[in-house]
Amino acid sequence: MKKYKLLDHTADIRIEVWGKTKKELFENAVEAMFDLIVDFTGIKNVNNKVITIKGADAEDLLVNFLREALYLFNGNKWLVKKCKLLKFNVGQIVAQLQGEPYDSDKHQLKTEIKAVTYHGLSVKKTNQGWKAKVIFDV
Amino acid sequence: MSEIKLERIDDNRWLVPQTGKMKVPGIIYANEKIYQLLKNDESTKQVANVAHLPGIVNYSLAMPDVHWGYGFPIGGVAAFDLEGGIVSPGGVGYDINCGCRLIATNLSFADVKDRIGDLTTALYQYIPSGVGSTGSVKLSGKDQKKVLEEGAKWAVKAGFGLMEDLEATEDGGAMAGADPEHVSARALERGKQQLGTLGSGNHFLEIEVVQEIFDEAAAQAFGLRKGQIVIMIHSGSRGLGYQICDDYLALMVKHMQETKIELPDRQLACAYLNTKRGQNYLAAMACGANYAWANRQLLMHRTREVFEKTLRMAPRELGMRLVYDVCHNIAKIEDFKIQGKVKKLCVHRKGATRAFPAGHDAVPARYKSVGQPVLIPGDMGSGSYVLVGQEKAIEETFGSACHGAGRVMSRTQATKVSQGRSISRELADLGVLVMASSKGTLREEMPEAYKDLQDVVQVMHESGIAKKVAKLKALACIKG
Repeated sequence: MKKYKLLDHTADIRIEVWGKTKKELFENAVEAMFDLIVDFTGIKNVNNKVITIKGADAEDLLVNFLREALYLFNGNKWLVKKCKLLKFNVGQIVAQLQGEPYDSDKHQLKTEIKAVTYHGLSVKKTNQGWKAKVIFDV
Repeated sequence: MSEIKLERIDDNRWLVPQTGKMKVPGIIYANEKIYQLLKNDESTKQVANVAHLPGIVNYSLAMPDVHWGYGFPIGGVAAFDLEGGIVSPGGVGYDINCGCRLIATNLSFADVKDRIGDLTTALYQYIPSGVGSTGSVKLSGKDQKKVLEEGAKWAVKAGFGLMEDLEATEDGGAMAGADPEHVSARALERGKQQLGTLGSGNHFLEIEVVQEIFDEAAAQAFGLRKGQIVIMIHSGSRGLGYQICDDYLALMVKHMQETKIELPDRQLACAYLNTKRGQNYLAAMACGANYAWANRQLLMHRTREVFEKTLRMAPRELGMRLVYDVCHNIAKIEDFKIQGKVKKLCVHRKGATRAFPAGHDAVPARYKSVGQPVLIPGDMGSGSYVLVGQEKAIEETFGSACHGAGRVMSRTQATKVSQGRSISRELADLGVLVMASSKGTLREEMPEAYKDLQDVVQVMHESGIAKKVAKLKALACIKG
């Protein structure tokens, strides 16, 4: 997976993630988060979930989106393998997530992500496409 | 990285000058060595950011273990006036009432030096730790409400400990004002599975030996003597606390416009203390704090069971007694004298330990003559310190001291530096047996990733905030 890289942060995990479009950036961000949580290659696309997220601006939308996806694992023990944005409007996105329930015999967990933070958060257009920086509390 | 110019106040304090929209200046407790480290991260800017929040009193403070967090710096202390002041979930942190508990025993190093391996293996097997672990106690909805309202008291009533444990726990192990009605269904769900689990990351359980005593009178009051075996537990409120913080942070960000508070960082989102939203957060936060106290009480109970079984000794022989339990991620309403008048303040301690002096009402009767024990865990290699709170803490830091060594290296850096090395072998050479469910965690938590604990503690000692009582050396460590 070459859609994100780790940046230095003293206490937590900070990533930079990119995409050709804003849509792709959001999709990659969710997949990057699950790549941090678990050995990503071990997850299969078994079932689908569709979620709707609201937010005041692009940054807020991204945090709310990652927050909701993180709860799928932390609350419902469900792992995301693939993410597809079905709708991307101002202030609202609809995403289809594919994945499977967590099984301790099959999946190797790597990091406990406590939360997605707003600190040092950015979503920006660049010459190559879109880039975001996010800090996860671990 | 930080462009803020600090001004030296004395050997152990630096002033963050009040500029722009800062409402007060900042003060960072640091010696020359720690001051040099400040240049490498964003924590100074975070101290300045906190000074922008409404109702902040005197100073935005940072303890010598300060490092870059999110929103507030880790090691940050800030107090807000109940009138006109705010409460900020990010100023408490995700792991509400993350804290430490120190257990003394009647054992000496000589008694157990050949049994450390057995004890560690048994603790590792019996105490759930690591990512995704679930606890040994399954809670019904009704029981969970009780846990949130009664904290460690619930655990003791359910048979997991002794009444005397509660006297040695901050707030008696139950924070007042907890109301489960203000905790979301999501947070409750996450809490059901995890009571009695250690967690991962920097959480640990250590068997330690008292290596050095600095203050005989205080050590005697705390029941500590040289060569004695003690146990330190570091854990918090697990997923329930993280979810409470996240829920209220989201809510406060959503209403940011309406509160008209200008924030330099969205993670500092807050609510005025005299509003419903602020009060509801405090009621939910107290539930998280109580869950954490019940959690550490359960972890201690399991530790007692392991020692009794492994060493085939009776509780009375072992004498496993709680020295103290302190939280280091919390917001509390406490009284302080501000310009000659006693005021109620909401003190945020984000990676900072309460450090009340002798004679203070909140100090347990048995420690009243010396002051409150302050527990400072270090990295896996260097062990921990026990300090005692001083009057100066009341005057300068809203009764607060540092909470640990503080990271100096990022997790990625630590992973890189430790490439090709065996951290557990290196620790074994230092006389510390380590068992961890994840090798990655061991690398991230390697001793070099932290500041020198001695420097951090010395700053507190010399500035008179908290005095050194004892140094503890790690013998064995269990990590998630």
